[in-house]
Amino acid sequence: MHIPDGYLGPQTYGAAYLAVAPFWALASRRLNKTLRSRQVPLVALGAAFSFVIMMFNVPIPGGTTGHAVGAVLVAVLLGPWAACIAVSVALIVQALLFGDGGITCIGANCLNMAVIMPFVGYGVYRLVSARSDATSRRRWIGAALGGYVGLNAAALTTAVMFGIQPVLAHDAAGHALYAPYPLKIAVPAMALEHLLVFGIVEAVLTGLVVAYLQRTDVSLLYRAVSETKQRSAAL
Amino acid sequence: MKVTSKLWIGLLALALLSPLGLILPARFGAGSAWGEWSGEEIRKLVGYLPSGMSRLAGLWKAPLPDYSFRSQGSASIGSLSISYIISAAVGVGIVILIAILLGKALAGRGNSDAS
Repeated sequence: MHIPDGYLGPQTYGAAYLAVAPFWALASRRLNKTLRSRQVPLVALGAAFSFVIMMFNVPIPGGTTGHAVGAVLVAVLLGPWAACIAVSVALIVQALLFGDGGITCIGANCLNMAVIMPFVGYGVYRLVSARSDATSRRRWIGAALGGYVGLNAAALTTAVMFGIQPVLAHDAAGHALYAPYPLKIAVPAMALEHLLVFGIVEAVLTGLVVAYLQRTDVSLLYRAVSETKQRSAAL
Repeated sequence: MKVTSKLWIGLLALALLSPLGLILPARFGAGSAWGEWSGEEIRKLVGYLPSGMSRLAGLWKAPLPDYSFRSQGSASIGSLSISYIISAAVGVGIVILIAILLGKALAGRGNSDAS
């Protein structure tokens, strides 16, 4: 899902940078208010986890590969704003150091995997686990569903970015200047593989880690960064 | 042992196991991710290399492209696995460093731990 350089035209990658910037600014302000020093190592752990889990390319035999992102897991543990920052750090390092995702597409990739994915996934998690006890089954089920829906939402927006390229820019011969496949190919292709394979991987991963934390140290789970401060303040 | 310590150990284990992300796709004949093809693959798929793509594709020369060393053009999966682990370690280290610096800068202002 890491869009490489050359797949998006300047209008699209420019717009994506403009779209992601306010989320980075808001996330920084939000963490500035809520993040406590002792939570910083957890944010680093979340960012590093997301970085390394994306290296696990899952094969579809004879077909393409894909991977989990971990953004919803980080959002469940630390809140979606912290997840936005953590996954963005991972994606920026991947682009600059390893050429995984283009540098023109850092905005687009962060928008898909560090904004849309954690926020959509976290929303699903909150919806399913609403007011349930921290040890409730609804927590890990909600996290798993959140991972599934979050990854698929990111895959969809990525596919739309690919799919609008041939319409936005083509030469006289009708050849695309950037990503060549139209929406009617890009969306089903990306959606299908994420709905059937990679989304399941993300769901299992997210659900398993949350279920593990429920058994071992539920305190890590039951309050996201933004809520912890309020909670501690109230004590 | 604290659960957070176990999570850090889990992270280390993931870094060491990361070559699975290289070996399994090779084993099952899976190619690039959708939309992440090389110029050559694109040419095979659609019959031409989009001109904007050829212009932008070489914009950035990553020091460790695809989590391998530049000299490893067609190296064996074994040596690629070693550089994959090294890349995972380097990447994890840098990500942690940046996240800690960023986190400290954000948490430092007015959020004392006294509670």
